[in-house]
Amino acid sequence: MSTATSAPSALAPLHSQTIAELSARLVRGELSAVELTKAVIERTRAVEPQVKAFNSFDEADALAQAAASDVRRAAGEALGPLDGIPIGLKDVIAVRDQPLTASSRMLANFVSPYDATVTERLKNAGAVLWGRLNLDEFAMGSSTENSATQTTRNPWDLACVPGGSSGGSAAAVAAGQAIATLGSDTGGSIRQPAAFCGVVGLKPSYGLVSRYGLIAFASSLDQIGPFTRTVEDAALLLQAIAGHDARDSTSFNTQIPDYRAALAQAGKPSAWKLGVPKEYFGEGIDAEVSAAVERAIEFYRAQGCEIVEVSLPHTRYCLDVYYVLATAEASSNLARYDGIRYGHRAQGASDIVDLYFKSRAEGFGEEVKRRIILGTYVLSSGYYDAYYLRAQKVRRLVTQDFLNAYAKVDALITPTVPAPAFKVGAKADPLALYLCDIYTIGANLAGLPAISLPCGFTAGGLPIGLQLIGQPFGEAALLRIAQAYETAHDWHRRVPAL
Amino acid sequence: MPEEIDIDRVAQLARIALTPEEKEKFSRQLGDVLTHIHQLEQVDVSGVEPMSHAQPLANVWQADEPRPGLPLEDVLRNAPAHRSGMISVPKIID
Amino acid sequence: MANYEAVIGLEVHVQLRTRSKMFTRVPTGYGQPENTLTDPTVLALPGALPVMNRAALDAIIKAGLMLGCEIAPVCKWDRKNYFYPDSPKNYQISQYDQPICLGGAVEIELPGSARNVMGEHKHIPLTRIHLEEDVGKCTHGASDSLVDYNRAGTPLMEIVSEPALHSGEEAYAYLTALRAAMVQGDISECDMEKGQMRCDANISIRPVGSTELGTKVELKNLNSISYVRAGIDHEIKRQIALLESGGVIVQETRDYDGLTGASQSLRTKEMAHDYRYFPDPDLMPVRVDEAWKARLRATCPELPFDRQRRFFADYALPYTLTSVLVWDKPLADYFEEAVKLAGAQRAQPIGNWIVNDLLRELKAGGAGGAGGLSLSEVRVRPEHIAELVELVESGKLLSQAAKEVFAEMFATGESPAVVAEKRGLLAEPADASELEAWCRAAIAENEKAAAEFRAGKESAINGLKGPVMKASRGKANPKEVDATLRRLLAG
Repeated sequence: MSTATSAPSALAPLHSQTIAELSARLVRGELSAVELTKAVIERTRAVEPQVKAFNSFDEADALAQAAASDVRRAAGEALGPLDGIPIGLKDVIAVRDQPLTASSRMLANFVSPYDATVTERLKNAGAVLWGRLNLDEFAMGSSTENSATQTTRNPWDLACVPGGSSGGSAAAVAAGQAIATLGSDTGGSIRQPAAFCGVVGLKPSYGLVSRYGLIAFASSLDQIGPFTRTVEDAALLLQAIAGHDARDSTSFNTQIPDYRAALAQAGKPSAWKLGVPKEYFGEGIDAEVSAAVERAIEFYRAQGCEIVEVSLPHTRYCLDVYYVLATAEASSNLARYDGIRYGHRAQGASDIVDLYFKSRAEGFGEEVKRRIILGTYVLSSGYYDAYYLRAQKVRRLVTQDFLNAYAKVDALITPTVPAPAFKVGAKADPLALYLCDIYTIGANLAGLPAISLPCGFTAGGLPIGLQLIGQPFGEAALLRIAQAYETAHDWHRRVPAL
Repeated sequence: MPEEIDIDRVAQLARIALTPEEKEKFSRQLGDVLTHIHQLEQVDVSGVEPMSHAQPLANVWQADEPRPGLPLEDVLRNAPAHRSGMISVPKIID
Repeated sequence: MANYEAVIGLEVHVQLRTRSKMFTRVPTGYGQPENTLTDPTVLALPGALPVMNRAALDAIIKAGLMLGCEIAPVCKWDRKNYFYPDSPKNYQISQYDQPICLGGAVEIELPGSARNVMGEHKHIPLTRIHLEEDVGKCTHGASDSLVDYNRAGTPLMEIVSEPALHSGEEAYAYLTALRAAMVQGDISECDMEKGQMRCDANISIRPVGSTELGTKVELKNLNSISYVRAGIDHEIKRQIALLESGGVIVQETRDYDGLTGASQSLRTKEMAHDYRYFPDPDLMPVRVDEAWKARLRATCPELPFDRQRRFFADYALPYTLTSVLVWDKPLADYFEEAVKLAGAQRAQPIGNWIVNDLLRELKAGGAGGAGGLSLSEVRVRPEHIAELVELVESGKLLSQAAKEVFAEMFATGESPAVVAEKRGLLAEPADASELEAWCRAAIAENEKAAAEFRAGKESAINGLKGPVMKASRGKANPKEVDATLRRLLAG
């Protein structure tokens, strides 16, 4: 068990400062991107043997990007707040000429010949793309234990998991191995590890951030989003990646507000109505988690917010809907991994059919196989109506619950996960692990923005996450509500002792 | 009573060779998951339209204006086997 | 021996003539070096996504409107899941339960009793037309198979007929009519050799009078319209012979070899396909409103049989002329342009010049004789044909001279009046007294013919015209000759 220390940010080492702070120092010329990148590389080298957040990183490439950033800045052509900031990417986001593995044996040797849209946008913003971060294989899991590479450790307690599937992205920010990272969230894969690792994790509204170049798990649920140390940083990173993309048919063409400016506008908590969904505080919730979230609710009440109890009656079906829809989509999305055009090809196959069976048996890990089997089953002849079609209908009822609530409130306030991080190896039963996602799945089904931010620690020193769920494309308001809490607390300033 | 999955048929459709141990384990575990999923039958979905997307859009398209594709070297870069500019696979017998 | 009736349904795949692919903007093409028309989406690289090609939607809606289909107000995309190396995603994006076009029909004409007699017309009902993406191509070597993805992702329209055809001849007529419609609508080039149009036939037989469908056999790889006809007739005979000899027809897929005229079984009905269709979550639905349909309807050409009926009605053209013109849209347009200039009453001679003389020259390839010129390459324009016919009709040019003028004008592109003038072929308005003198001489020298004409034998006047034309060395205006002779004979 590690002890938490609280350090004023100005005195903190470079690797644990925020985008906003570092960007200001870069602008003032007190710091170069190369210095900053070197500091992050040093830190990564120092703690990576314990944390194991990265599938790979390319120091020379990062330093070259940083040097280019410094050249731009010297020429007066700096590109904005992300210019020169080392940002890590979950290893499901394509970067041209870099490995893209999804933490799967299937893609162990794959090198992407193209950039994802978010990658292009980060490059255009001058960010230093830094490292490929570990995850549960193909983003299927809640702990990174399903990674074919390694299990990432929770920086707050190395015996614990960092959460998942974006566990590497969360752990890297918590451990100071990147200033910020991107993850992807299909059923909670950003928010749950953010909660476990004591960082901010934002899942944007479905359609706000392009999925082009994101390895698909469940296309109708997947969204890319930021991991950061503060809400303001989340706003800065979201600003860079959000917006319509003609290469993604599910991308929403909407005016993107200036999120940081929206934060700067003084919020009036007395004008906010926050809903507390009673179904999110039922049995199975850890007492310390429950208490921390209750305190957060009391904070908002004390600020003058109106706190309203609301009901999302179909909450208990979210997990079922999710496991039908997500596995069905995944079974089809992962059919392309066949060892033909790229990826793992089994040796000694007798014919083409044998090649499929063997390559996929060898290339995929157990959880991926399990979900492909489930997804194939629910779509197979005779079962479609009972499972897939019914799940799509219940999905609408789940969504309607949220929209009904938003007729009364501005945002919902809930725990992110029912319990803090668990020990590596503690959850062997898939169903028990699936239950980690019960508070996060609803926002994916309904396509809503949701953020997890630190709201306390357990007696054992593990972070606890508070989830705020906003209205469709209501990221600006959601960030403002989250920042009101963050500003009045210092949980986010704590760093794990590694 | 957990639902019985015809695991051989499903694995055949999914083109994944499963060991006898995996078959036994997956059948049991997925039987439990399906039992959980069966609670969806309690929901009255009469008159409810299925929902495919959170953001209902339509007619999302591009104009028919060609753009360059991948150079051949990028096409073959990750291929496990290729010759004559084509992907080589074990002989296909219909 | 029972009499049997064949029942045939056709599934025709037609590649749409778009510049880029169905779900990504890499170019389409034929005959390019292998794997040079691909991109992350075509290759199904990790993370790649599909986006619809608007022109492909325009094309299929136009096809549907031309064939009288109902255009669905909303349709969606489904994934058809199956593993095959030519299918990069191991699912094909297609339309399962909500195709874009429903119903409709293809009008066909069966062969008439003679070449110049119109045959029976039928309307073959369609079940549906939907849009999907083509797959790549596999070639099979001695030790491995090779995959080229250039064709993968090309927009492909599947036109499914009802089981309403009964012979190879009907299938031939169906494909001929369908191809003409698609080519004339600029929807596809339908070159079967390039795989732009492909046909599978489902064939069963049953005793005449029965309404139950027999066991169907699917015939594949029918790569020309003639092979479709021959393959179907061969399969019908095979099934009848099998039943007659006490055999049983098994549901199977057979491959017909057009060169040897034989078929062989590819596979018998294996484990039933389970494509696990479900709505593609990467794509949004298509909504077609009235304005969109109206815009496309305005671009639909008249179908060949409709045009033929109009040519009968408006121009009183004979069947033989129409049956050449209407199947070739540029030629029929050319014809109508000439008719517009010369007047409908001259439609038939215009048609004759185009179908007989112009087509002959096109086939011969003009002066070079290289063969196979297209209409757009020739210098003779519709106004030249119109002018030529006017010259002949007004008597200024004799038909023999007109042939010469046509040949010259085809070679040079000069107008017929200029050619005739230059070569001195125009009938000259002769001096009236000179003409009268020639006519008097002709009557005097051909008393018998003059007497017969006076006695009422109309054709006898031709015997008098010849000597007059001869005397004028071919330059007298035949109309004036005719009028002068009649005046003198009546006098």
